[in-house]
Amino acid sequence: MIRTAIVNAVIDAAALLAEVTSESTGATTLFVGTVRDVNDGRAVRGIEYTAYAAMAADELERIALEASQRFDGVRIAVEHRVGELALTDISVAIAIAHARRAPAMDASRFVIEELKRRVPIWKREHYAEGDWQWVDATLQHNDVGAP
Amino acid sequence: MTQLQVLLFASYADAFGASAVSVTVCEPATVADVVSALRLLPGGDSLPSSPLVAVNRRYTPGVVRVRSGQEIAVIPPVAGG
Repeated sequence: MIRTAIVNAVIDAAALLAEVTSESTGATTLFVGTVRDVNDGRAVRGIEYTAYAAMAADELERIALEASQRFDGVRIAVEHRVGELALTDISVAIAIAHARRAPAMDASRFVIEELKRRVPIWKREHYAEGDWQWVDATLQHNDVGAP
Repeated sequence: MTQLQVLLFASYADAFGASAVSVTVCEPATVADVVSALRLLPGGDSLPSSPLVAVNRRYTPGVVRVRSGQEIAVIPPVAGG
């Protein structure tokens, strides 16, 4: 079971968790990325996410398919939100279930890392001082796994 | 010569002042030829040496040929998550 989506509305992480859980899955992971208040030492008051929507949807689905091939038996639900998000809002949720914990945890890490590397989504950080900036993840270091 | 539409997003759209531009290239043209043509437009100097390009919604290397009617997009460094 695979479902991926780029959404404009609030992400219900608990609903994704319920979606992948079944009688045969003994281990479920839920990764939730949220908007935090500081980046690169600057106070952030919100993030505007934009996407090449059609390709982002395709690429996200391709990543989930790759995960299902690498980790046989995983059930995957992924949503990434676009639009204006406030602090603590969920930007991405990845729910993965499997009979065993290792494939569920490994697949979760695979999906978030590939998403951050490949899915054409961009974020414009709005700072407390009133200015904004496009985030260039290629210029950031030591943030592996960070939302 | 053929005219191709190129989609732009985020920082690239800001740099070019548009979400799509037209470029004229000699046939047969490659992805790299499209990027070279983009560099000649106002804002083109904002592109890195080898920007990511997607053709029909898939990342595509510079050597690949492009044709009129394909969906061509230049992809700024992504920052999802």
